[in-house]
Amino acid sequence: MKNRLLWPVVALVALLMLNVVVTPSFFSVRLQDGHLYGSLIDILRNGAPTLLIALGMTLVIATRGIDLSVGAVAAIAGAVTCTHIASGGNAWVAMGLALALCAVLGLWNGFLVSVLGIQPIIATLVLMTAGRGIAMLITEGQIITVNDDSYRQVGAGFLVLPIAILISLAVLGLVALVTRRTALGLLIESVGVNPSASRLAGVRARTIIWTVYVFAALCAAVAGLMISSNVSAADANNAGLWIEMDAILAVVIGGTSLAGGRYSLTGTLLGALIIQTLTTTVYTIGIAPEITLVFKAIVVIAVCLMQAPVGIRVRVRGKQGVPA
Amino acid sequence: MLKKITTAAAAVLLAALTACGSGGSGDAGSSGAPKANDDGKITMGFAQVGAESGWRTANTKSIQESAEKAGIELKFSDAQQKQENQIKAIRSYIQQKVDVIAFSPVVETGWDAVLLEAKRANIPVILTDRAVDSDDTSLYKTFLGSDFVEEGKKAGEWLKANAGGAKNVVELQGTTGAAPAIDRKKGFEDAIQGTDLKIVATQTGDFTRSGGKQVMEAFLKSVPQIDVVYAHNDDMGLGAIEAIKAAGKVPGKDIKIITVDAVKDGMTALAAGEINFIVECNPLLGDQLMDLAKKVVAGEEVPPRVVTEETTFTSEQAKTELPNRKY
Repeated sequence: MKNRLLWPVVALVALLMLNVVVTPSFFSVRLQDGHLYGSLIDILRNGAPTLLIALGMTLVIATRGIDLSVGAVAAIAGAVTCTHIASGGNAWVAMGLALALCAVLGLWNGFLVSVLGIQPIIATLVLMTAGRGIAMLITEGQIITVNDDSYRQVGAGFLVLPIAILISLAVLGLVALVTRRTALGLLIESVGVNPSASRLAGVRARTIIWTVYVFAALCAAVAGLMISSNVSAADANNAGLWIEMDAILAVVIGGTSLAGGRYSLTGTLLGALIIQTLTTTVYTIGIAPEITLVFKAIVVIAVCLMQAPVGIRVRVRGKQGVPA
Repeated sequence: MLKKITTAAAAVLLAALTACGSGGSGDAGSSGAPKANDDGKITMGFAQVGAESGWRTANTKSIQESAEKAGIELKFSDAQQKQENQIKAIRSYIQQKVDVIAFSPVVETGWDAVLLEAKRANIPVILTDRAVDSDDTSLYKTFLGSDFVEEGKKAGEWLKANAGGAKNVVELQGTTGAAPAIDRKKGFEDAIQGTDLKIVATQTGDFTRSGGKQVMEAFLKSVPQIDVVYAHNDDMGLGAIEAIKAAGKVPGKDIKIITVDAVKDGMTALAAGEINFIVECNPLLGDQLMDLAKKVVAGEEVPPRVVTEETTFTSEQAKTELPNRKY
């Protein structure tokens, strides 16, 4: 377990060091209008939606599933909320509506996977494609701008620390408590290893799978609220675009197996932070937009190679070569 | 296999229907000559990209309204951002023997075959808003759209005249590789060449608000002195405003902001003084399109490139213009 998390930590520290070398003031954090202000705070705030979605994704992946629809669900959440606020509604009611609708979408995903037995990647692909269409229908293809102070708090507000990251960390704590202090985590893992065997052993595999998809959709919904509230606007086309890929990447970097049955919440936290730090690094050290994607790919490949069984074996052999 | 049969059946049915349609409405059309019908009514087939943004919706509305005003019968189709849908739509217009076809190509390439069909059927084609990449320029009569280089130049010229001691510019680029992003960057760079102004940092914000905000947040920390933000569209500029506010600075005063597009949200910010200058990228090209269509159908010569009528806005002009902005 320790070994698995070692390399993500190394990667994160290396990225931060690179930033400090290029921009010496990178770590400086000051108080601005009563809240903390600095690059590290930006990483936390902008990384909050990815972290939250990755948390939901971790549990889904632990059951040997995958949820591609989270980006679209996030867009729908923002679209519903902003449309409701723009038509004169209350921000809290609007957010409640969005969460309720997204829970229904999660139920739909869970139904396809656990009851109908459709492959998760196909089942959630349906909503990944259709979801953006739904969001476009809600916003009528326009970017809906709202001006609501209580809504702005979700994504751009501060309680000394950004509220967005506080929400994500609270969810992380809650998930850790519920799955690691009770048998739930073990049951999720057992479903991921072998659904039929766990069902025969008395585990309600279907209910567990259904639950994780609803949880993933709810996480995506809250992340969608953060994304849209951060800019006080709902952009059905671009909100949460490709965030499902970032989330899956965060989960994988964190050492959770895509084959299911083994997951690490700390790893997911690290993975999400690495991805956001990577993006901030690109902007801070001024990598040309044309080569941004290649730079990101190199970092990701490096981290994955370090973690891969082959990479570990090579390093172990290297150590053994040294006479004791 | 079943799908192929159904598609074929649908095509036959559609062809039959359209044949009936054109037989009923216009006799002159069936003679093959691209002339206006006897009653003087021109039929235009327009294949739109889709409904991707507020800009595009305004574009569609403008074309529909202008067609009605100009007494041109408009057959409109929405391609939902897919090239094959546009090609299908253009083919059906050819079969319906419309007088003129206009469309905004989704992508730049792959149009030669269908445009050749239109040419053989003697139906003139007008491109709007986006160009096609083809060696054979005889495939279309004219291209009506914005000059993105000129837009960038206008932004740079204004800054040159109103720099007021400002030196360091940061740039928020559009989607990497997109024509508006490349051209708006080039035009701006050309305009500020040889002055004290220089671009100290440039990154893509993907034409989105969150992109603009995130890039601007990073710039505010890594670039020691920022005097001006040049954003390739309003949305990224609006994101940058949020980031500047969060840094405890006043957008429009501490840091000047210049953007391109002039959509309603951008104009609102301009009127409020948070943006200093906006170069218009005009989606309302309906009237110009209808004029061109009439000329083309009448067989008059038209220039191969027509630039949309576009203007620029300062804060004062935005206040008077804002109530009229529909998009």
